[in-house]
Amino acid sequence: MSNMFRRLTIFIPYIWLLVLFLLPFLIVFRISVSILEYGSPPYVPQFEFESWAGFIDKLGMLNLDNYRFLASDALYRNAYISSVIIAFFSTMFTLAIGFPLAYGMARASTSLRPILLMLVILPFWTSFLIRVYAWIGILKPEGLLNQLLLWLGVISEPLTILNTNAAVYIGIVYSYLPFMVLPIYSTLEKLDYSLIEAAQDLGCTPLGAFWKVTIRLALPGILAGCLLVFIPAVGEFVIPDLLGGSQTLMIGKVLWTEFFNNGDWTISSALAMVLLIVLVVPIVLFQNAQAKATEAGK
Amino acid sequence: MSGRWTWFNITSVIFGMGFLYLPIVILIVFSFNESRLVTVWAGFSTKWYGALFRNEALLDAAWVTLRVALLSASVATVLGTLAALALTRYTRFPGRTLFTGMVFAPLVMPDVIIGLSLLLLFVAIGFDRGFLTITLAHITFSMCFVAVVVQSRLVSFDESLEEAAQDLGCTPFHAFYKVTLPVILPAVISGWMLAFTLSLDDLVIASFNSGPGATTLPMKIYSQVRLGVTPEINAVCTILIGIVATGVLIASIVGRRRDIQRKLDEQQAAQEG
Repeated sequence: MSNMFRRLTIFIPYIWLLVLFLLPFLIVFRISVSILEYGSPPYVPQFEFESWAGFIDKLGMLNLDNYRFLASDALYRNAYISSVIIAFFSTMFTLAIGFPLAYGMARASTSLRPILLMLVILPFWTSFLIRVYAWIGILKPEGLLNQLLLWLGVISEPLTILNTNAAVYIGIVYSYLPFMVLPIYSTLEKLDYSLIEAAQDLGCTPLGAFWKVTIRLALPGILAGCLLVFIPAVGEFVIPDLLGGSQTLMIGKVLWTEFFNNGDWTISSALAMVLLIVLVVPIVLFQNAQAKATEAGK
Repeated sequence: MSGRWTWFNITSVIFGMGFLYLPIVILIVFSFNESRLVTVWAGFSTKWYGALFRNEALLDAAWVTLRVALLSASVATVLGTLAALALTRYTRFPGRTLFTGMVFAPLVMPDVIIGLSLLLLFVAIGFDRGFLTITLAHITFSMCFVAVVVQSRLVSFDESLEEAAQDLGCTPFHAFYKVTLPVILPAVISGWMLAFTLSLDDLVIASFNSGPGATTLPMKIYSQVRLGVTPEINAVCTILIGIVATGVLIASIVGRRRDIQRKLDEQQAAQEG
């Protein structure tokens, strides 16, 4: 009976994830090596699984044209590179704003902390789409930011911010800020302040103590925060689509366009496979960090 | 961590919070704008809210979204809690590494990949796209968030309590229901709420997996936003923010009360003992 309970506990979510998470990836792979054809569904599979003996032979027959096409076309290559660059710099900007915020929160009085924590979590619950949309009205040429800057006399002509990469950076930093703040805050909150005092007693300058103790001990939180921002930002669609311009190249948007506007399922699948490969290293890092955190919690 | 709250700390907290909240506040303020222009204030008005409730297509989309969110959050909570139990309790079973990977990967997997891959699955098995496929897709990615939330609570749970209940004659299911569940309930509830809002919020995965007659609210908002910013969308957004904020506030107040009550109970027990 006990075994029965245990088996079901593992079995039900396991099967669910196998069928609805892992299997779809295998299908994406299969379609990415298929040939595009107009029809329904719009592809011809080149890769049917019949037996293990046939499997090996067929590996040689895989149609890699889609991947060759991706590699030969500068548009796709640039889209991957620019997604990674945009995601990387947005992660750095998010860290630059998020760390001082988390640090300030951790140093607040114990009665204030839960309120500040709540305030950081609350935007995370409100719709992502809404938060991105809110920036359109602010960044438009006749928007509030330009009105403010004109009124202050900082600029004489409205700036073009919306539909540029700058707007994409603002959007990513804004949307993912809670993801950066929360892990850093949770490591800083646990940090024993007497360690910093001890470092200072032993002759460290306040800045030296900050660098050698605070940053060092907050490193797992910083790493987790950076991964939580970087990984989804690489594949982001909504932000580049709504805030970015025609010159903003991001792979999530390219994939969307290939699928919905061009109806090219095989290229979309190949794009998804390559995106996954690009993200494998950071995802594995993230998973290890999660597993470690779980072990530490025990 | 503590120490002095310096001016630098105060400034960075105020700046950070201002950055987080200003856009939302502006959006809410302009939903009450008389003018059709979202960036010029022309006086207070609630007419856009009125227009909203006469917009059939939008109300339909809201209804679809609500049903998807309720159903997917509930199923995801059950599956996610089971997954959390499997991860924390059973350190050894065949394929555990794969299982752990499948639970954590969707947390960071880009939406476009999840959306596309599920759609291709549904096409491959000949499943008609619509309400059900959106719901299945939402269950799949939100159960992983539930699993992580519940797991964080389970790791601090003393398993011997449940073993004791079984020694005293409870069946494993009964012991779980009577002993473990009440303890992890706050995490299960916040897992449900998280799954609910994730589903309410999702544009990309729903767009890939929706079919005729199943347009969700984010899809509707998205298609209108592409045509331009209007006070009507600001009004929809304000209502959504209001609902979510109220829900989260109530949940946190209830959670705090429970904590205080528990502490009081513990004190009382200690005094009596």
